[in-house]
Amino acid sequence: MSGKQSGIMTAVWDFFCSLKLSIFTLICLAVTSIIGTVIQQNLTRNEYLNVFSEKTYAILDALQFFDMYHSWWFVGLLMLFCLNLICCSIKRLPRVWRVVKNPMMTPSDAALQGFSNADVCRVKGQVSDLAARMETFLAQNFTVARRNQTEDGIYLYAEKASYARFGVYVTHLSILIIFLGAIIGNIYGYKGFVQIPEGGSVDQAWLRSGGTIDLGFSVRCDDFSVSFYDNSQRPKEYRSLLTVEDQGQVIVEKRPVIVNDPLTYKGITFYQSSYGPAGGEVMTIKAKVRDADKTQALVLHRGEQGLLPDGSRVQVADFTPSFRNFGPAARLQVKPPEGESYVVTVFQNFPDFDNQRNGELIFSLVDFDQLYYTGLQVTRDPGVWVVWVGCTLMVLGCLVAFFLSHRRLWVVLKEEEGKVRISLVGSAHRNQPAFELYFDSLKEKFRQELA
Amino acid sequence: MTSGQLFNLVTLGYFASMVLFVAFLATHSRTVAMLATILAYLGFAVQTVAIGLRWYETYQVPGGMGYAPLSNLYESVVFFSWTILLIFLLIDLKYRQKSVGAFVLPFAFLAMTWAQLRLDSSIAPLVPALQSNWLTYHVITCFLGYAAFAVACGVSIMYLIKVRKESHGEDNPAGGLVGLFPSAKILDDLNYKAIMIGFPLLSLGIITGAAWANYAWGTYWSWDPKETWSLIVWFIYAAFLHARFTRGWAGRRAAVLSIIGFGATIFCYLGVNLLLAGLHSYGAGG
Ligand code: HEM
Repeated sequence: MSGKQSGIMTAVWDFFCSLKLSIFTLICLAVTSIIGTVIQQNLTRNEYLNVFSEKTYAILDALQFFDMYHSWWFVGLLMLFCLNLICCSIKRLPRVWRVVKNPMMTPSDAALQGFSNADVCRVKGQVSDLAARMETFLAQNFTVARRNQTEDGIYLYAEKASYARFGVYVTHLSILIIFLGAIIGNIYGYKGFVQIPEGGSVDQAWLRSGGTIDLGFSVRCDDFSVSFYDNSQRPKEYRSLLTVEDQGQVIVEKRPVIVNDPLTYKGITFYQSSYGPAGGEVMTIKAKVRDADKTQALVLHRGEQGLLPDGSRVQVADFTPSFRNFGPAARLQVKPPEGESYVVTVFQNFPDFDNQRNGELIFSLVDFDQLYYTGLQVTRDPGVWVVWVGCTLMVLGCLVAFFLSHRRLWVVLKEEEGKVRISLVGSAHRNQPAFELYFDSLKEKFRQELA
Repeated sequence: MTSGQLFNLVTLGYFASMVLFVAFLATHSRTVAMLATILAYLGFAVQTVAIGLRWYETYQVPGGMGYAPLSNLYESVVFFSWTILLIFLLIDLKYRQKSVGAFVLPFAFLAMTWAQLRLDSSIAPLVPALQSNWLTYHVITCFLGYAAFAVACGVSIMYLIKVRKESHGEDNPAGGLVGLFPSAKILDDLNYKAIMIGFPLLSLGIITGAAWANYAWGTYWSWDPKETWSLIVWFIYAAFLHARFTRGWAGRRAAVLSIIGFGATIFCYLGVNLLLAGLHSYGAGG
C-alpha cells in the first residue's frame, strides 16, 4: 500500500471510530424516529389517500415513511451505529485490557509526575524497613500492595476495582447483544393468532404475515369468561381455560390464561388478547305443569329442539340478551303432541310473565350463557432471552461505568542524600473530585505515619 | 382527611417553598433559604403520606382489589412531582446548593397544580391489561428517571444563564440573582450527575416496559409512539453522555442537549398521549 492509500485507510478507520460520528448517529436516530410517531405506520394505501394527496403519497411511499422503522435508510442508520460501536471498541478495548492486565507497577518519574494527586516525604531510615511499614499502611488504608524492587528503589502498587474500566464496554456490547436477540427473533420466530370457540380446539395458527403454521400440538379452549367490576362496564378479567394435547396426551389441563399471565408450551406462548361471540347462546328454560309440582329444565341452543315429559317439543325460535328495557328474552315455539303449536315469550327478569297466559305449561327463562370464542396471540421468539441478557448487561454495565472507578496508588521509596524519599501517588479513572477528597485524607495519614 | 385534601396542602406547600427559594435568590437571606427547604421537606413528607393514603383508598372502593396508585394520568403526575422532590432533596443533602431549588420546585408545583385542578382524580379499579407488577416497576423507574432529568434541566438552565453572564463580564461581586448560583463547573457537574442517575433508570424503565409488553401481548417492542418517544429520549441522553468526551460538545452544547432531552421527556410523557394517536394512553388497552 502506498503511503497515501494507507493515509486514506487510516482516515476512514478513524472516522468509523470517532465519537463525533456516534453523537451524529444518535441525534439522527432520535430525529428520524419522530417521523414514525407522526405518520401512522402500516396503514393501507386507501387509508393514506384519505389524508394525503396522490402526489404526497407517492413521495412519502418512495421514502418508505409508511414503514420507516424497517426502511433501508433507518436500518442503515442502525447498522452505521453498530459499526461505529464495533470499530470504537476494537480500537480502545486492547488498550484498556493492557492497562488492567499489565498495570504500570514501576512507572518512570515522568509518568508519576503526570498524576495530579501526589505527596512526598523525606525520612531517615532503612528503605526495606520503611517499605514494610508502607505496605502495612496501604493494606490498612486501601488494599494489599504488590512490591517491586528495581535498581532505583522499591515500588509498591495497589489498585481497586480495575474491572470498572470495562463497564462502558459491557454497556456497548449489550447493545449489540440486544440487536442480535432481535435478529434471532425475526429469523426463527413468528407472530400469529388463533380464535378458539368454547369447546373447540386448534392445531394451527394464523400468521400475522399471512398463511398458517402448524403448532405441532393442539390447544382446546374449555371455557372463556369475562367478568366486570360491580355495576359497571369496566372489565375485571378475561379468562380462558386452555388444555394442551400433544400426540393424544394431555400435557396441560384447564390452565387459566388471563391477560399478563400467558401459557407457554414447546417455546410457543399463548396470550389472552381478544374475545367475541361465537354465534349462539345456550338458554336454560324451565317448564312447570300448572297446578302440579312438576318442573323440568331444558338447556337449549338457538334452534335446538327439546322434549318435555308430556311429549311437547320446545324450540328456541329467537333470543336476545336485551329486549328493549326488559333484559334477556326468548321466544319459544311449543308443539304439543296433539293440537296447534304456539309461541310464548319469556323474560329472565320476569319469571311469572308466562303464568298470565293461563296455558297448561308455564315457561320461564332461567338463565342463558353466551358462547364465546377466545382470541389468543401466538408467539414464538427464541431470541427473547438473548434480549433480556443484553438488557441486564446494559444496566449493570451502566452502573459500573457511572458509579465505580479504577483507583490506583503507588508508593515509591528511593534513597536520596542519606535519607529515604517516599512519594505517594494516586489516580482514579473517573469521578476525580471524590477521589481528590479521599486522597487528601490519605495524605494526612501518610504524613502522620511518617512523622 | 382524604388523600385529595392532603394533596391540596402539598400543592400549597410547594408553592410557598418555590416562592421562598426565588426570594432567597433576591435577598440572599439564609433564613429564607432555610424556611424554603423546611417547607420542601414538609411537603414531601405530607405527599408521601398522601400517596400511602390513596393506596389505602384503592382498597375501599366497591369491588376494588387495591393497587399501587400509579395507574392513571392523575396518579402518575402526582408521583412525578414526588420523585422530583425526592431527587432534589437527595441533591440538597449532598451538595447544599440552595439556589437550585428555585429552578426545580416550579416543576413539582406545576405538576401538582395541574393534577389537582385539571385531572380526573377518581379511583377506578384496574382493567386487565394494567393488572401486572411490571406496571409498578415500570412506572417507578421511568418517573425516577424523568425526575432526575427535570433536575438536570433546571441545572442546565442555570448553567446557561451563568456562562452567559460570565462571558458578558457581568459577574459583579454583589451578584444579583446569579451571584448565588454555584460556579459553572459545579453546575456542569450537577447536570452530569443527575443524568448519570437518570439514564440507568430510564433504561430500566424502557426495559421493564418491554418486559411487561412481552408478558401481556407477546411483543417486547412494537414501535408504538410512546415506546418510540422513550427511545428518542434515550438517544438524546446517550448523545449527552458522549458529548462530554468530545471537544466542542462539552459545556454549553451539553447543557442544551440536556434541556432538549427534558423537552423530549415531557413530550414522551404527555405530548404522546394528548397529541398523537397512540395505543398506549393511560387506562386504555385490553
Ligand atoms: C455508536 C455508538 C457508540 C460509540 C462509538 C460509543 C463510544 C463510547 C466511548 C468511546 C466512550 C468513552 C469511554 C471512555 O473512555 O470512558 C463511551 C462512553 C459511554 N457510552 Fe458509548 N458509544 C456508543 C453508543 C452508546 C450507547 C447507545 C450507549 C447507551 C447506553 C452508550 C453508553 C455509554 C456510557 C454509559 C458511557 C460512559 C459515559 C460516561 O462515563 O460518562 N454508548 N462510549
